[in-house]
Amino acid sequence: MPRRRVIQFSVVRGDSRPAVAAVFRRLDMVKSQGTQSAAPPASLPFLRRYIFSTDHKVIGLQFYLLGLLAVLIGVLCSVFIRLHLAWPQLPVPLLGHVSPTGAPGGVITPEYYLSLLTLHGTLMIFFVLNTVPQNGFGSLLLPLQIGARQMAFPRLNMISFWLTFLSLGVLISTYVIADGPPISGWTAYPPLSAIGSIAGPGEGLGQTLWLISIAIFCVGSILGALNFIATTLYKRAAGMTWMRLPLPVWAWFITAILIVLSFLALLAADALLLSDRVAGTSFFVPTGLVVSDQLLGYKGGSPLLWQNLFWFFGHPEVYITILPAMSIVSHLLSVFSRKPVFGYRETVGAFVSIGGLSFLVWGHHMFTTGMNPFMTMSFAALTMAISIPSAVTTFSWLGTLWRGRIEFRVPLLFALGFVSIFVTGGLSGLFLAQPSLDLYLRGTYFVVAHLHMVMGIAALFAVFSATYFWFPKMFGRMMNERMGQIHFWLTFLGAYCTFIPMHFLGLEGLPRRYSSLSETRFGGHLLHLNAFISVVAFVTAAAQLAFLVNFFWSMFKGAPAEANPWQATTLEWGPAGAHQPLVYRGAYEYGVSGGTSDFTSQDTPEPALQ
Amino acid sequence: MALALALTIVLLTLATCGLFVLHPWWFPASVSTFAFAIDHQFTLTLAVCGVLLATAQIVMAYFVWRYRGERQNVWRPTAPASTRLEHVWAAVAAVLFLTLGATGYRVWARAALQGPAAPDALRVEVWGEQFEWYFRYPGPDGQFGPVYPSLMNDGTGNSLGLDREHDAASRDDIITATLAVPVDQPVELTLRSKDVIHSFFVRELRLKQDVIPGTISVLHLTARRTGRYEIVCAELCGLGHYKMHADLDVMTAGEFREWLLEQAKRQ
Repeated sequence: MPRRRVIQFSVVRGDSRPAVAAVFRRLDMVKSQGTQSAAPPASLPFLRRYIFSTDHKVIGLQFYLLGLLAVLIGVLCSVFIRLHLAWPQLPVPLLGHVSPTGAPGGVITPEYYLSLLTLHGTLMIFFVLNTVPQNGFGSLLLPLQIGARQMAFPRLNMISFWLTFLSLGVLISTYVIADGPPISGWTAYPPLSAIGSIAGPGEGLGQTLWLISIAIFCVGSILGALNFIATTLYKRAAGMTWMRLPLPVWAWFITAILIVLSFLALLAADALLLSDRVAGTSFFVPTGLVVSDQLLGYKGGSPLLWQNLFWFFGHPEVYITILPAMSIVSHLLSVFSRKPVFGYRETVGAFVSIGGLSFLVWGHHMFTTGMNPFMTMSFAALTMAISIPSAVTTFSWLGTLWRGRIEFRVPLLFALGFVSIFVTGGLSGLFLAQPSLDLYLRGTYFVVAHLHMVMGIAALFAVFSATYFWFPKMFGRMMNERMGQIHFWLTFLGAYCTFIPMHFLGLEGLPRRYSSLSETRFGGHLLHLNAFISVVAFVTAAAQLAFLVNFFWSMFKGAPAEANPWQATTLEWGPAGAHQPLVYRGAYEYGVSGGTSDFTSQDTPEPALQ
Repeated sequence: MALALALTIVLLTLATCGLFVLHPWWFPASVSTFAFAIDHQFTLTLAVCGVLLATAQIVMAYFVWRYRGERQNVWRPTAPASTRLEHVWAAVAAVLFLTLGATGYRVWARAALQGPAAPDALRVEVWGEQFEWYFRYPGPDGQFGPVYPSLMNDGTGNSLGLDREHDAASRDDIITATLAVPVDQPVELTLRSKDVIHSFFVRELRLKQDVIPGTISVLHLTARRTGRYEIVCAELCGLGHYKMHADLDVMTAGEFREWLLEQAKRQ
């Protein structure tokens, strides 16, 4: 069958302003050097080069390091959480000095425990899983993979980063104010989060600051997403048609649309809740509330309105965290199997379906709220339906491996680990999608186990995989292979050993967000299981040192990387030269008829003879 | 490396499936009418997911081992992608998942798609507040007296804000800290909250219902076995969330009458 020989030219807008053009010329000179690293041009002052940079590679790195800082704090929170659950009376060294009211003598109080889990959830979901796969790797790679020189709006990209940074600062500041950090969880359900300090410690200024932090984060995210959409629509190189895009580009594009639509809902809800707290409105607080014997003056609000708005954001949010991860895994399985992606079109269709369906399933977080049972059944059917494109993508991953020639480098190990964990974690979702089972399982550790396996571990594996893979593009060096293998094995085994047993805590009916298990009769029987989970979690957390040491050491002392160390087809590995590339073929031409190697990069012209 | 990874995946899969089959930790015994149906649906879902899990993981482990190889710098023909296979699999997945959901609907309908309570149902109000559960029985007149938020005062013992002086219906209301019901008796629970969102959860009944201020929720249940079961709060309600629990005592009809008389004397 004859191959299509027509090259379709997409609309290309260059940036011709003299100062910017000079930067690009310098960038091109840097890019045409062997290492293809992310070093910005030396002609700019330090502040413009590294701090307030509009260079997408620098901004991508900034987002990545922000996510790294957030994940370190988040893991620290989880270590304290697991310590407290297993050994509630154990004094934590140094914590008594850092938080004398929250943890007097180092013993974590119930309210401090709740604030830890609030911070843990907020950090991990917003500042790690939302930020690193999308803004981190997306900023770094999107323009390179589509053959653009820059993002469509480089300054917007920079503003997006600094807003995210500011948001993180405001969030962390809740730990140093007098009233303390909020205790309402990352979901912040009113009235608990709406009525102020009378609801509990940390519900005063702490909760208000949390809401301000999230509002700033929303704006930053939306601006970044608009940038991604514009870049993908208008900055693709000549010949880069939609069906030739690498899958991560599809995912970043769809995710950006999800971000714009869902974060607007969160911003609205956030504004309403702030208004209830400081402006005396009653959007979410009903009449006749009596808290600690005090009748409050709110009139006519509905707590369920928050839940609907929040989960309308919240469910697309979890797909925002997982879509780029899934696409990166598809991408890397292809590279390391030396085979095209199995079912590229179907995978794109699956990503689009997941994106669209994600807006129609939010009610499955509210099955026990007394929703109309027919609405419940509709949400349940749609939730079951959204598992179908995930199954299609899983099949595509397996099909890519089938009859491949698999090379077991560290990025591939994490990609395979992702598939294994995503399948396990995703299947536990099938239980929660059914309202009859959700009656029991909702709000228990079964949900915690499910969400950690798919978001906490699987998405994180994709981030690790991407880090090891694109490290040469970030720093011009390779990460250490042996250390990476140790990191993989410990984390893979540790993840399973931590979260599979946690499902059983949920089957026993243990509710989440309990700071102590000994007050209930059945909870007291589960202390040993909790202790086991905590110990394994500590070992797994400690294993991440292998990654941290590897990451920072290799940044300076890693083996210098060649231009295309993984022999990949996509444009970010090619020599950019002084011109924009012309794209002739799709992104996954591995093992397809080519010249002297087993891959053909996207900008290789058609051979004269087939 | 390939063999180690393949074996690890297989072992982890076997361990996971094994744990769910042997289940050293599990649901407590069911005591309500539809709890048995829920347990059956859970087992069905577990079986389907177990098969899917084992298949996907073992196939991947096999591919990992079978197709290991070093990269070679030569072109070789690769297997063409079969779009038909993808479509067949998508259809199979669709049928499987949607059927699983459909079977669950009948169970869900028994719990949620109910008409009004039977005329002889025992009506009890459940009140959640930070961090206690209170239960109100209507007394011999069968009426719940009106509740006034402005009169609510835990300190003086009038947690539900009743005006027993002026409201005849309130005078015989019985407020308790334990929920007692007779066995095999339909019960209608009316759930209300004074302050923040709580959630009424009894594991043995497989029942959970959020208790939302400003909303009145209704639950129907019939307990089939006597015993003492824990009611716990399943929605984060503040710093005492973990200790907000009460007891559900399922008694014989005679024991229940005695208990209710005893509680009435204490009002």
